[in-house]
Amino acid sequence: MHIVLQVVFAIVFGFAAWMATRKFLAIRRNIFLGRPENLSDQKGRRWQHMLLFALGQKKMFKKPIPAILHLFIYVSFVIVNIEVLEIIIDGVTGSHRFFAPYLGGFYTFMISMIELLSVLALIATFAFLWRRNVMKLKRLNQPELKGWPFKDANFILLMEIVLVTAILTMNATDFRLQQLGAAHYHDTGNLLIAQYTSNIFMGIGTDTLIAIERTAWWLHIIGILFFLNYIPYSKHLHIILAFPNSYYVRFSEKGKMDNMPVIMNEVKTMLDPSAQVEPIANPPKTFGAKDVTDLTWKHLMDAYSCTECGRCTAACPANITGKLLSPRKIMMDTRDRLEEVGKQIQLHGPDFSDNKSLLGDYITTEELRACTTCNACVEECPVNISPLSIILELRRYTIMEQSDAPQEWNLMFNNMENNQAPWQFNPADRLNWKDEV
Amino acid sequence: MTENLKNVPTVAELFANGESPEILFWVGCAGSFDDRAKKITGAFIRILNSIQIKFAVLGTEEGCTGDPARRAGNEFLFQMLAANNIALMNGYGIKKIVTTCPHCFNILKNEYPELGGNYEVMHHTSFLQSLIDEGKLTVQGGAFKGKRITFHDSCYLGRANQIYEAPRNVLAKLDGALTEMKSCKSKGLCCGAGGAQMWKEAEHGQKEINIERTEQALEVKPDIIASACPFCNTMMTDGVKIKNKEDEVKVFDVAELIAMANQLMA
Ligand code: SF4
Ligand code: SF4
Repeated sequence: MHIVLQVVFAIVFGFAAWMATRKFLAIRRNIFLGRPENLSDQKGRRWQHMLLFALGQKKMFKKPIPAILHLFIYVSFVIVNIEVLEIIIDGVTGSHRFFAPYLGGFYTFMISMIELLSVLALIATFAFLWRRNVMKLKRLNQPELKGWPFKDANFILLMEIVLVTAILTMNATDFRLQQLGAAHYHDTGNLLIAQYTSNIFMGIGTDTLIAIERTAWWLHIIGILFFLNYIPYSKHLHIILAFPNSYYVRFSEKGKMDNMPVIMNEVKTMLDPSAQVEPIANPPKTFGAKDVTDLTWKHLMDAYSCTECGRCTAACPANITGKLLSPRKIMMDTRDRLEEVGKQIQLHGPDFSDNKSLLGDYITTEELRACTTCNACVEECPVNISPLSIILELRRYTIMEQSDAPQEWNLMFNNMENNQAPWQFNPADRLNWKDEV
Repeated sequence: MTENLKNVPTVAELFANGESPEILFWVGCAGSFDDRAKKITGAFIRILNSIQIKFAVLGTEEGCTGDPARRAGNEFLFQMLAANNIALMNGYGIKKIVTTCPHCFNILKNEYPELGGNYEVMHHTSFLQSLIDEGKLTVQGGAFKGKRITFHDSCYLGRANQIYEAPRNVLAKLDGALTEMKSCKSKGLCCGAGGAQMWKEAEHGQKEINIERTEQALEVKPDIIASACPFCNTMMTDGVKIKNKEDEVKVFDVAELIAMANQLMA
């Protein structure tokens, strides 16, 4: 390869890597805007959980067909990185298929595998486009996906087609060039797909073939570098964050709500002034959450990890029966607001004020109030997200900071306070059933 | 009803005699005050009496666990109620609790420990299963032969605490035909009552959740919808009524079905 091209490559690659790093660091900073939450115990169990759920996609296999299609794309994405590594080495050093001479028959096998998975991924991609745009699967066409999220999903699928086509074209022309004995195009062995697809390029001259091969090569790597910079703005961030998000899973039973030690202590000392209570290290600024910074870092990582697949919403009893609540929207709103907060911090520093908040400007009380806390959303999520946990934190704010409860709930609270039961019964009558049943 | 309940000891009575119960039966607000749920309480008491276990209830000393307050967002109220219950139970030296309400079960088991209330907590369906396994309870299934029974999973028993099999294993003793709804176990659809929804109008929507769930249940043409939660029971009973099926389809708690099978109640 020409030295000028090597320099161009190095610059393009360096720029893309720098831009991506910057964005990923910003995301990391945004996640740590959240309040502390300790999820660093039981390391062995966490690794196991991550291997099973992120690498092994255990939850995905509750729906086997999409799971297999998704697996094609996922595995092809992972394995294609070997080829990307080679492209980077070739690009910087000017070599061609750097690994081939060292790996021999294994190289043939490896590239053949990449080809096979690329074709499978292509099939999956078409199936996914079909499902989204022709079949119009309900969970992939709900209101919160209008606009950018819907385009994002399709765009990624189209890009997948471009990348796979580029790789297959690159290999096919390369193979043809080997047959023609073109300089630098050394033997790669019989590549699984290229040995057939190379026939498409029969009768084309060496120079044109080289031009096609090079174009496909550049298209592929630029596509990959673009993709790298695109993911942090897209739902496709899950391909990275699914891993830490499964590692830092909450192991407590799904039914358990997070305790509020500050209130616990206050109540304990109120009931018994001599009670010994443990002091709280980082007391939260508010009771419950109004904005993203009132949530914990795990809530925020959840938001960035969301694949927008809508499995949660499809299982949500409130959503199924036409209420405004959609757990997927809760996650999307949290991420959008967090991105906005991140931008504000970049522009105006950490003490910015934009008079906006997650509660109110993004998520309404009506949505929150529709939740039955049934945990269906948590159960369904393939990347271990809990929309419910965020809903409950926001609810706490509406009740304890805004005193905004439906009239019936205020009555219920009163009853519970005065009668130790949510209904208006006299506590002295609590055992009356004994003589009635 | 066959006869009035004779033996419902309270912890306070036992305590006064220097005794303590083997298990505390946590009745819960629904089980104490709601007319439909009181029948479930009665059925479970009859079972307890039939197996000669030393149990007691807290009676008028029992207070709401605080579940609806906590889930609505009122942590103060929850903490107050919880602190009172914990002080009471710790004072009595309570070790083991059985309850017929999955919400009470969940909160007593998962949320009281970090407030200082550590007990062994069982839902009555798990408890019934253990009695059967240990040979302390034999179920006479005959009366339900040929009846189609479908079990509605309660969210706070199932997804929240992974208890799917105990109620089914108990129901299996009835000789009926257990049929599953299309969404069951971890995919079971909520009845609509949880998260303090029981105490307010549903938010604006196209349908009530209990109707959606009742329709799923009716699809499998059951004679009996079995539940294991007083709130699910209410929701499904209402659903069946609204669908005008109350003559053909009955909603019963697992405990009621066992009590009926063993002729402990009509
Ligand atoms: S917990 Fe709330 S948001 Fe999640 S599925 Fe149930 S009702 Fe919907
Ligand atoms: S929260 Fe989970 S289930 Fe819901 S859309 Fe996001 S990834 Fe899918």
